[in-house]
Amino acid sequence: MATQSSRSAARLMMAPAVILLLGWMLAPLITTLYFSFRRYLPLRGGDQGWVGFENYTRFIGSSAFWPSIQTTLIIVGGVLVITVLLGIVLALLLDQPMWGQGIVRILVIAPFFVMPTVSALVWKNMFMDPVNGLFAQLWKFFGATPVEWLSQASLQSIIMIVSWQWLPFATLILLTAVQSLDGEQLEAAEMDGAPFIKRFWYIVLPHLGRAITIVILIQTIFLLSIFAEIFVTTGGAFGTRTLTYLIYQRVLESQNIGLGSAGGVYAIILANIVAIFLMRIVGKNLDN
Amino acid sequence: MGRITLNKVTKSFGETQVIPPLDLTIEDGEFTVFVGPSGCGKSTLLRLIAGLEDITSGQIDIDGVDATAVPPAKRGLAMVFQSYALYPHMSVRKNIAFPLRMAKMDQAEIDRRVDNAASVLNLADYIDRRPGQLSGGQRQRVAIGRAIVREPAAFLFDEPLSNLDAALRVGMRLEISELHKRLETTMIYVTHDQVEAMTMADKIVVLRAGFIEQVGSPLELYKSPRNLFVAGFIGSPKMNFVEGAEAAKYDAHTIGVRPEHIAISATEGVWKGRVGVSEHLGSDTFFHVHDTGLAETITVRADGEVSFRHGDTVFLTPREDVLHRFGADGLRIG
Repeated sequence: MATQSSRSAARLMMAPAVILLLGWMLAPLITTLYFSFRRYLPLRGGDQGWVGFENYTRFIGSSAFWPSIQTTLIIVGGVLVITVLLGIVLALLLDQPMWGQGIVRILVIAPFFVMPTVSALVWKNMFMDPVNGLFAQLWKFFGATPVEWLSQASLQSIIMIVSWQWLPFATLILLTAVQSLDGEQLEAAEMDGAPFIKRFWYIVLPHLGRAITIVILIQTIFLLSIFAEIFVTTGGAFGTRTLTYLIYQRVLESQNIGLGSAGGVYAIILANIVAIFLMRIVGKNLDN
Repeated sequence: MGRITLNKVTKSFGETQVIPPLDLTIEDGEFTVFVGPSGCGKSTLLRLIAGLEDITSGQIDIDGVDATAVPPAKRGLAMVFQSYALYPHMSVRKNIAFPLRMAKMDQAEIDRRVDNAASVLNLADYIDRRPGQLSGGQRQRVAIGRAIVREPAAFLFDEPLSNLDAALRVGMRLEISELHKRLETTMIYVTHDQVEAMTMADKIVVLRAGFIEQVGSPLELYKSPRNLFVAGFIGSPKMNFVEGAEAAKYDAHTIGVRPEHIAISATEGVWKGRVGVSEHLGSDTFFHVHDTGLAETITVRADGEVSFRHGDTVFLTPREDVLHRFGADGLRIG
């Protein structure tokens, strides 16, 4: 494997994939960087030349910028907490032997296969509609005033929808981790006098550490860019405008490609900051 | 203290009964070995005593107290598992201290007991490592350490040496025997290896399909096996069984002769045969003799100096004073 000729052959064989991947990543990145330094208004005079850092200062100076960062972080954080906690509980429950295990497991995974747009529509119209929604009916049944979910509790509603979509993913990863736990370790802990809670805390949870890390890392990457759920439900109103949504508004609603591109670069920076933090905090779990 | 009594204990998994009604007493301080082929129910029996499985009916007493419904942690027994079942994310020290921490013991006392166990088991140099950084034998010792710090009424070993290589296994066998002599605590040891059973046990319990075939000291089992199964299981190489006319001479359906009780000669003897494979161990040589007309192969143990070539004609003479006779039902006669 390690002869001179096999190494150069290996490089040659890998080259197409590496070049394709680089092109795939670099082309959009360079285009974004290019437009972020230009004044480009498609409906109002088109490409009007270089403007330096004007787009960057305008984007960050906008009153919508910092709230959008906050909203993004709240949604990502909220969904992570809910999916990881519920995912652990569900994984432990699904690991128990029970009747109809196969069907139950498929049902649990099902939400993951529903497209974000569809699930947001279903939640918006079937559950959260203040007149006809199931929640409204439930509230009325108990004599309470129905909550107008998407306007009164807009952020919580979106967190709920997105959590519902991502819970199966977390459950699936954590379930495989739970199943890989050596049963003799639990029996040993039982004989050592550890009751269920302590067995969970000292044996199961450390064993799940790596899987939890993976769930958090992968979910964060995808959650930073959620869009369809917001677009379909609140359209960015009621304090649900995330950074991704703000960029969309700048590009399509304000028809300002330069400003949107600058926002895109900020999004890249935000994603990297979050990623570095995560790697620092939880990346240790991936060692050994 | 650790006298364990099983009274008409049974265990069924669904419809299948793996342990038929079984009575057994294990005296305090005794080293008892459960031995039998795989699937004979020996591990299940150990898990029943540990409390990791519920018994279907019957009663288990520990030190005269009914422990049938007592949860595993409260039975005062410590178990060493086949896979060692160490906690991979904890250091050796924390592994050994775990049962004591669970018992909410005073930290100074925990440290004292852990250090003591570590020095007894030569673990002091590895005390801050994790199990993943230890060799098989060291992990084994950590597992034993975790058991001894609890000062249990009895130790339960579930095939603890089966994951070790042959040389290490001999060493650990001695260490466990040594530990038993020093602690004088009841030990129950499950194995499928009759050498382990013979060398370590005060009392051997031979099991087959959940039934106890025979209980006795190693030499009792060797000298007077109760039936054909025990005769064939205890002793290495296996006892030779001869049926038919030759057995009828001794008023038996089957006679059994151990390989070490047959003399081999090039010139004279009772049985005539042809040498097949010979296994030279240095100290001993095992000859597999064919075409005797008695059984397919007769195994003979001879001194390491004795040498025959493949195909040589030899004569065999069994020692009649240590001949085992069995009836048509497989039980020992006389």
